[in-house]
Amino acid sequence: MSLSLTVNGARRDFDGDPDTPLLWVIRDELGLTGTKYGCGIAQCGACTVHVDGRTLRSCSAPVSAVAGRQITTIEGLGSRAAKAVQKAWVELDVVQCGYCQSGQIMSATALLEQKPKPSDTDIDHAMAGNICRCATYHRIRAAIHAASAQLAG
Amino acid sequence: MSPTVIARRLSMLAATLSTAMAASMAASPVQAEDLRAPEAFSSIGDTAERSRALFVEAGKVLQHPRCLNCHPVGERPSQGNDGHPHSPPVVRGPDDHGAIGLQCATCHQAANFEPSRVPGHPLWHVAPKSMAWQTRSLGEICEQIKDPRRNGGKSLAAIQEHMAHDSLVGWGWHPGGNRDPAPGTQAQLGALVAAWIDTGAACPAR
Repeated sequence: MSLSLTVNGARRDFDGDPDTPLLWVIRDELGLTGTKYGCGIAQCGACTVHVDGRTLRSCSAPVSAVAGRQITTIEGLGSRAAKAVQKAWVELDVVQCGYCQSGQIMSATALLEQKPKPSDTDIDHAMAGNICRCATYHRIRAAIHAASAQLAG
Repeated sequence: MSPTVIARRLSMLAATLSTAMAASMAASPVQAEDLRAPEAFSSIGDTAERSRALFVEAGKVLQHPRCLNCHPVGERPSQGNDGHPHSPPVVRGPDDHGAIGLQCATCHQAANFEPSRVPGHPLWHVAPKSMAWQTRSLGEICEQIKDPRRNGGKSLAAIQEHMAHDSLVGWGWHPGGNRDPAPGTQAQLGALVAAWIDTGAACPAR
């Protein structure tokens, strides 16, 4: 079955099983390997992408569910909030091993796009599904606040 | 498909199978429990007593994990046949559809997704706080269901319609994965609730 996808603003066609997890299409078929495979059961957040601006665990969504919708991966992030997040991440040296970080950045960006001045509780709730095996959680929270300050400036 | 892609997929498959086997051993699905039809209660002569008995039978569904898990008292739903805390630790958020940035639809799609065993439905969300059932007795749940201030302003007829035909309620009988379905069928629940209303909608003791 052929599906038409919009990934990072470009039309991409996928010819295969419509129940294929979106993550596999992104990584194996489209070669966009910035989105990571962590658990495969929506428990870790490493595979987070945006669909129509909202977070989605690409390991747990059939590719057919996102046909015709705007899919954004870490490679395609370009909004003002995304740039603020990327800058804050670098300035605070958030990353340790880095495996989870594309998912963390996707969730952080989605949060700031919907709530530009989040509280600690807002951040904890929005990021609760993104696990970091290096436990960089305090730096992630600080970087989201820093990005928020940039957006307000 | 390149050898690298094949190797990666085999690795993913092995990890998924390992997780699935562990989950399967932890909680095997069981045969759905039966639900008695309203006629089974016709021998109870006292109408109020019959009404209470009908609600107790319907309560097998209302207090089943498929229903209770998403009728939390606090901020967080539970999951599984044992009602353990939801993982990841999500919250109901401002509109009962999850937190900003981590909504129910971040993981729950329009249908159950068997490759990851994540359940799904287009309307996936938790019940409002006023409709919390966890930790409540069946009598308390009964009074709550009848109270328009706590049931979303529904009449008893609307409650019966909700129980009998709402598609998210209906998910409880088609939960996928290794989740036990709710007892009986949605039609049987609808019939029990209709009979409960017809007999005066009496509630069990709190």
